[in-house]
Amino acid sequence: MDRKRRQVLRAAGGLGVLGMLAQAGLISPAQAQAAAARPGFDARELNAALAALGAQDATASTELSLTAPDIAEVANAVSVEVRSRLPGTDRIAILVEKNPFPLAAVFSIPEGTQPEVITRLKMAQSADVVALVRAGGRFHVARKAVIVTISGCG
Amino acid sequence: MANPMRIRADVRDGVTDVRMQVPHPMESGQRKDDKGAVIPAHFITQLEVRHGERVVFSAEFGPSVSANPFLRFRFKGAAAGDRLVASWVDSRGETRSDQVQIGGAAA
Repeated sequence: MDRKRRQVLRAAGGLGVLGMLAQAGLISPAQAQAAAARPGFDARELNAALAALGAQDATASTELSLTAPDIAEVANAVSVEVRSRLPGTDRIAILVEKNPFPLAAVFSIPEGTQPEVITRLKMAQSADVVALVRAGGRFHVARKAVIVTISGCG
Repeated sequence: MANPMRIRADVRDGVTDVRMQVPHPMESGQRKDDKGAVIPAHFITQLEVRHGERVVFSAEFGPSVSANPFLRFRFKGAAAGDRLVASWVDSRGETRSDQVQIGGAAA
């Protein structure tokens, strides 16, 4: 688990720098891509994605709020908001349980940035949306069931 | 070349509220065209927002993020008139950077 966590941290720390180097033309974007391990994004099942993020032992937390609609009529852009009240939150991930690749996004929250984010996701079918937060080195989750009437993954 | 990001950033009581929409198809690789051929995956993999040298927000995306991704976040430490620079890289290695001046009550 420690090894995985280090990989996650290294990937998180390296991405920004590599991205900026690519922007500056110092390395090719392909190199930046290759160097980014992106743990969890290739997982095809929710628990595998959580394990790849080092979060297989994540606990439910009421200090974490996840806002998503009960019913999504337009499932290609479902608004999801995650907000953490856990001190030391430095990472927020959002997963969609039954999508072909459940891990949708991972956000790094540097000091000075509020531990909250709003974005929009595609949903292939009715499923739980899962918010994962890392705070003080521990992982916490919250879930919300969303009913999809028309699939957003066409 | 992808279209420019639409970024709005306003500071109030020391907190900068950033809303952005990023024109991009975010093809998941799951869809098929009229002839039944799979439309190849093509989506943003990383996005970063900087205030000067400081990264204030960074994201990794998979194909489940909607087309033309929308993001909203808030951070401290910037003032009206400061510049934010947003950059992304996608799964084909294409990149784009755009900047915006933070609005709000002038100092």
